[in-house]
Amino acid sequence: MPLLEVNDLNVRFATQEGEVHAVNGVSFALERGEALGIVGESGSGKSQLSFSILGLLAANGKASGSVKFEGREILNLPEPELNKLRADRISMVFQDPMTALNPYMRISDQMAEVLMLHKGLSKRAAVAEAAQMLELVKIPDAKNRVRLFPHEFSGGMRQRVMIAMALLCKPDVLIADEPTTALDVTVQAQIMDLLGELRRELGMATVLITHDLGVVAGFCERAIVMYGGQVMEQSPVDPLFANPTHPYTKGLLAALPRLDADRAMTPIRGNPPNMTGAPKGCPFCPRCDFVEEACADVMPPLAEFAPGRARACHRSIETIEEAAA
Amino acid sequence: MTPPLIEARDVRVTFDIRRASDLPWTEPPKLRAVNGVSFKLEQGKTLGIVGESGCGKSTLARALIQMLPAEGEIIWQGKTDLLPLSPRQMLKYRSDIQMIFQDPLASLDPRMTVGEIIAEPLRTHRPKMGRKERKEKVREVMEKVGLLPNQINRYPHEFSGGQCQRIGIARALVVEPKLLICDEPVSALDVSIQAQVIALLEDLRRDLGLTIIFIAHDLSVVRHVCDEVMVLYLGQMMEAGATEKLFAEPQHPYTQALLSAVPIPDPEIERNKVLIALEGDLPSPLNPPSGCPLRTRCPRASEICATTPPTEEVAERQVFCHHHGPAAEVQAVLSES
Repeated sequence: MPLLEVNDLNVRFATQEGEVHAVNGVSFALERGEALGIVGESGSGKSQLSFSILGLLAANGKASGSVKFEGREILNLPEPELNKLRADRISMVFQDPMTALNPYMRISDQMAEVLMLHKGLSKRAAVAEAAQMLELVKIPDAKNRVRLFPHEFSGGMRQRVMIAMALLCKPDVLIADEPTTALDVTVQAQIMDLLGELRRELGMATVLITHDLGVVAGFCERAIVMYGGQVMEQSPVDPLFANPTHPYTKGLLAALPRLDADRAMTPIRGNPPNMTGAPKGCPFCPRCDFVEEACADVMPPLAEFAPGRARACHRSIETIEEAAA
Repeated sequence: MTPPLIEARDVRVTFDIRRASDLPWTEPPKLRAVNGVSFKLEQGKTLGIVGESGCGKSTLARALIQMLPAEGEIIWQGKTDLLPLSPRQMLKYRSDIQMIFQDPLASLDPRMTVGEIIAEPLRTHRPKMGRKERKEKVREVMEKVGLLPNQINRYPHEFSGGQCQRIGIARALVVEPKLLICDEPVSALDVSIQAQVIALLEDLRRDLGLTIIFIAHDLSVVRHVCDEVMVLYLGQMMEAGATEKLFAEPQHPYTQALLSAVPIPDPEIERNKVLIALEGDLPSPLNPPSGCPLRTRCPRASEICATTPPTEEVAERQVFCHHHGPAAEVQAVLSES
C-alpha cells in the first residue's frame, strides 16, 4: 500500500468570473521515503493540489475525489481530525518564509507550540528540542538564536527555520511548495542539499512542488509534469529528462536555457490557458505542434506505456519522435 | 575606431541610511550600493550584469539613466558625460536610452490603454509628431513585438504577464533607442513565456542593431543572451569578460560558486555535481568587510584579502581577486556535457 494515494482529485474555486477548475482528475501514489517532484508553470494547479491534500484551500475552494494516507481517507476531513495529521504526519514548507512565519512570535515559541500540541512536551523540553532541530538544519549558534524573531534572520536562514519547524515531529511526508523560489542560487543550492540530506537521514517521503526543472533533476527520483490542472506525463527522472514523450514536456525542456550548453531556447508558442469553466479536451492543444482533431474535444487518459512511465496524449510516441528527428 | 556607445568609469551610488535612533545632526551611515564599477559597451553588443539580490545590479542600471544620483563618469558615445547633466539637458539623451522592468504589470499604468502607454514616450520625446503619424508608429511597433492591432484599446490587466512584457518592450522601442536596459525582464515569467520574450529581444537586437544591458540573476539566461558578462557582489565587480570564456573558465571564486549552484536539468549531471559552497550569509552592506568584500565567505581567503582590496588582473578579462585561478571541480562538471 502506498503511503499517500491521490485518486481523481479535483479542485474548483467559485469566483465572480465563473468556476475555476484548478486541478482536474489528478491521480498519483507516493511510496514511503520517495522523492517526488510535481513540475508545472504558474496556473498548472501544482500548489492547489498540495494545499487540498492538507485541507488548506481558500474559503471559495472545494476539493473532491480521494486522498488516502496509509489507506485512510483524509480529503475534506473535519478540521480537528486534520490538525492531528498536519505537522505530525504530513507537514509542509511554504514558498515565502517571511509570510509563513508569525512575525510577532519568537522562533522558540512558534516551534515549541508544535511539539507541545502534538507530543505533549513541556515548554522547556519543547524549546530545547526546537534548538536541536535548528542545529540539524545547520543554523549556527542555534541555542541562542532560537530566541530571535523571524525578521532577525536572512531569507535563507528563515527557510531553514521553516524546514526545521516542518520536521519537528519527524513527519512521514514533507510537502515542499517552491521552497527555494524566493532565494538566490547559492542559497538555493544549500537548501536543496540540506533537504536531500535530511530526507535520507529521516527517511521521509518528500513531495517537491516547483517550476524549476533543474531542481527536480537534482532532487527527485520521480516527477509528475502538470499543465492546466492535468497530469501530462509521469516518469522516473532519468528517462523523463533524456526522452520526454509528451509534447509539453518536450517543449518545456527545449524552452529552458541551460548553463552547460549553448543551444537555442525554443519557445512554446501561445499563452497559458484560462482555467475558468469546465475543461474540454487537452489543455495544451492550443499551443501544441502535434494537435489533431480529437485533442480539442477529448482529454486523453493518462496511460502507462512503460513500467512507471505514463503519458496523456492522443499522438503516439513514434509520431512525436519522427517529427523531432 | 568608434568609441564605445556607453562607458562607465568608477561609478558609485551611495545611500544615506538615517534610522529613527540617529540624532539629526549626526552623519548618517552610508550604504555603498554600487562601489566603483567600470565597463565599456560597444554598439550592438549585449552586456549581462549578474549577481545575487543586494549586489547592486538594479541600482547600477538606475544610476545609468539618472534615476538615482551617482558619482563617477558615464560617457555617452565617447563625448558626453551624462552624470553632470541637468534633467532638461538629459532629456535629449533619454530617448536614446530606454528601460524595461521586472514586473511587467506593475510597470504599466492600469488606467491607460495599451495605445496610450506606447504613445506616451512619443508625446514626450517627439512633441511635434502629429496624431496620425503617432498612431501609425504605435501600430508599427506593436506589430514588431507581436501584439495584435486590435488590442490597442485594451487595458494592461486584460493581458498575461508575457504580453505585458511585450507592451513594456514596445513602449521602450517606440522612440527608437540606441541602448535598451533590461532589468530582470524575464524573471517574473514562466519558462515557456520567458523563451518567447528572449527570442523577441534577440530578433529586435538583430533587426534594429540595439545595444542591450541585460540585468538578471539567472545565469543560464545570461549565457544565452549576452556577449559580455559582469559579476557583481556587494556593489563591487568580481569578474568581467566575454561570456563564453567566463562561463567556461571562471577565475574568481565567487563566479565559480555561483556557477556551481545553478541547477542543470539533467539528473545525471546533477547527481555528480560538486557544489562549491560559500560559507555563511551575505554580510550587511552597511558594514562591508575590509579589503575584498567576499573574504568572509571565500574558501581561498588569506591575510592579504582583509587588508588590500584586490585590483584587477587583466588576462583577456577582469578578475578582482588575489587568489584567482580555475576551480577543477567546476570545470569537470561543465565540460562533461
